[in-house]
Amino acid sequence: MSSTSNPLLEAKGITKYFGTITALENVNLKVHAGECLGVVGDNGAGKSTLMKVLSGLYKPSAGSLFFQGKEEILESPRDSQNLGLEMVYQDLALAGNLPIGENIFLGREPTKNLGFLKLLDFNKIKELTNAHLDKLKINVKSADQKVEELSGGQRQAVAIARSTAFNAKVVIMDEPTAALAIKEVGKVLDLINSLKKTGVGVIVISHRMDDIFTVCDRVMALFQGTNFAEATLSNTSRDEVIGWIMGKK
Amino acid sequence: MKLLDGSWVKNNMEDKDKKIESLHLKLIPYFEKYGILLLLVLMILVMHILQPDVFLSWRNVTNVFKQISWQSMLALGVFMVIVTAGIDLSVGSIMMLSLMILAVVAKAGAPWFIVVLTPLIAGFLCGLFNGLGITLLRMPHPFIMTLGTLYIFRGAGNLISGGTPISGFTDEVRYLGHGRIDLQWLGLEKSQYLPVSLVLIAIVYIIFWIFLNKSKTGKWIYAIGGNPNAARASGINVNKILIIVYSLCGFLSGIGALILAGRTDSGYPNAGLQSELDAIAACIIGGASFFGGRGTVLGVFAGVMIMGILRNGLNLMDVSSFWQQVLIGSIIVLAVYIDVLRRDIGTRK
Repeated sequence: MSSTSNPLLEAKGITKYFGTITALENVNLKVHAGECLGVVGDNGAGKSTLMKVLSGLYKPSAGSLFFQGKEEILESPRDSQNLGLEMVYQDLALAGNLPIGENIFLGREPTKNLGFLKLLDFNKIKELTNAHLDKLKINVKSADQKVEELSGGQRQAVAIARSTAFNAKVVIMDEPTAALAIKEVGKVLDLINSLKKTGVGVIVISHRMDDIFTVCDRVMALFQGTNFAEATLSNTSRDEVIGWIMGKK
Repeated sequence: MKLLDGSWVKNNMEDKDKKIESLHLKLIPYFEKYGILLLLVLMILVMHILQPDVFLSWRNVTNVFKQISWQSMLALGVFMVIVTAGIDLSVGSIMMLSLMILAVVAKAGAPWFIVVLTPLIAGFLCGLFNGLGITLLRMPHPFIMTLGTLYIFRGAGNLISGGTPISGFTDEVRYLGHGRIDLQWLGLEKSQYLPVSLVLIAIVYIIFWIFLNKSKTGKWIYAIGGNPNAARASGINVNKILIIVYSLCGFLSGIGALILAGRTDSGYPNAGLQSELDAIAACIIGGASFFGGRGTVLGVFAGVMIMGILRNGLNLMDVSSFWQQVLIGSIIVLAVYIDVLRRDIGTRK
């Protein structure tokens, strides 16, 4: 848990309309440094919309976002990335034909100057990638391995490594274990735990109670676009959380 | 944790898997990179055995390079487009239009340095037109936009020239396609010259190899082909990169027009007819994938060479051009089937 009482990221009174449809109504959320918040809810409860608001993809119709106590207005995903807010998408957003290192640094590649030419610095990419993978205790054969040669769990690990390569302070993960084989789920959950130890705030959206109860410190449920219930993990049970998802307290 | 004692048993099995896998993983990149070169060397050997006196003679080898000179430019342009998972059907028409503009400008009496620049600029603008159409008009697939411009550009070329050939260019204009670099200072005979177009191919291919492999933009071109959503999520301006790619493809077609002008000394309505198909075939034989993100500049060069050598060798042996068509078609299918097999081994599904 956080050493300070101030949350790293706080959303207050987030409301989002799509035309006449109310996707979110007056939703509050906060996450502290080194804490993992689980967000649960049925399909259409507003989880994805909320995450897209947090990552700057959608602008909220009302409400405000505070990052390290300061109010921020996010115009695009670039803005949230610059603040240190990274999203791990459900479809992973990796280019399978490129090696691990080049995926991690895609769009932000280090370069070196050769006369008037700016060339990619492959040695630096490899060096930084190995150091970063070591830090997160992710085991791959080589940073040069292509992503399409990796297993689903390894790909998820690369996606998480990518999200944390640029000093991310908050990482939002959308169904991080949904596409994984059972034996790989544990590795990804271990990775989330080691992220927390480095002081990163993690938000995990998941349908799987096992995930929530292995890595999360706190769980909140959305129901029909509103805050329905919230509790620290020690004060709730699987059955209760499943009840929340279905709208029963 | 439950997972810990469970995974203990599995580790041994995983180790065995890894050993088999690592052998594949070590071999596949080499096969992927140099396999096509093996095929090329094999073809050269076979041709040499079949035609020992002629095939590897100075005259015939330079002839092959002269014949593939302009096709190699179109193939390189189309290759970049295919890497983005797109297609450009209009390169033959871009080349013809650029050639016709060159011919008209040359006939109007413009100085040679202007004549030389016109096809490059015209080709670039045609490519830009394709790129803007694909991105701004949000065409469902580049196939449609470039199919349209295949007709538009060829029609425009015929409109400005009146559909008749225009011949006779100055030596400066013909230099890239027709020029010779004398090698007598190396003690070689006068007939043993180096075609300027061969040097041009080498320079252009090296520049584009560096661009595609060592620059950020080049890496992003591969990333877009691999997964456009990943590229977008990484903050890459996908539309901008696509416009650059199609513009460069047009520019290379313009270089092709300049070479062709030198080789044939004329602009003619049928220039580059169906050459877009040859260009696509060379890319596919060279290992580029239609799904994007895969293929190398070296592979395209090998693909162009294989097609050039096949045509040349079959001509030397007096085989009818109908058989050439059948053979080239068969090689395309075979090359792609090998690619399919390779993917089965190399990729986890």
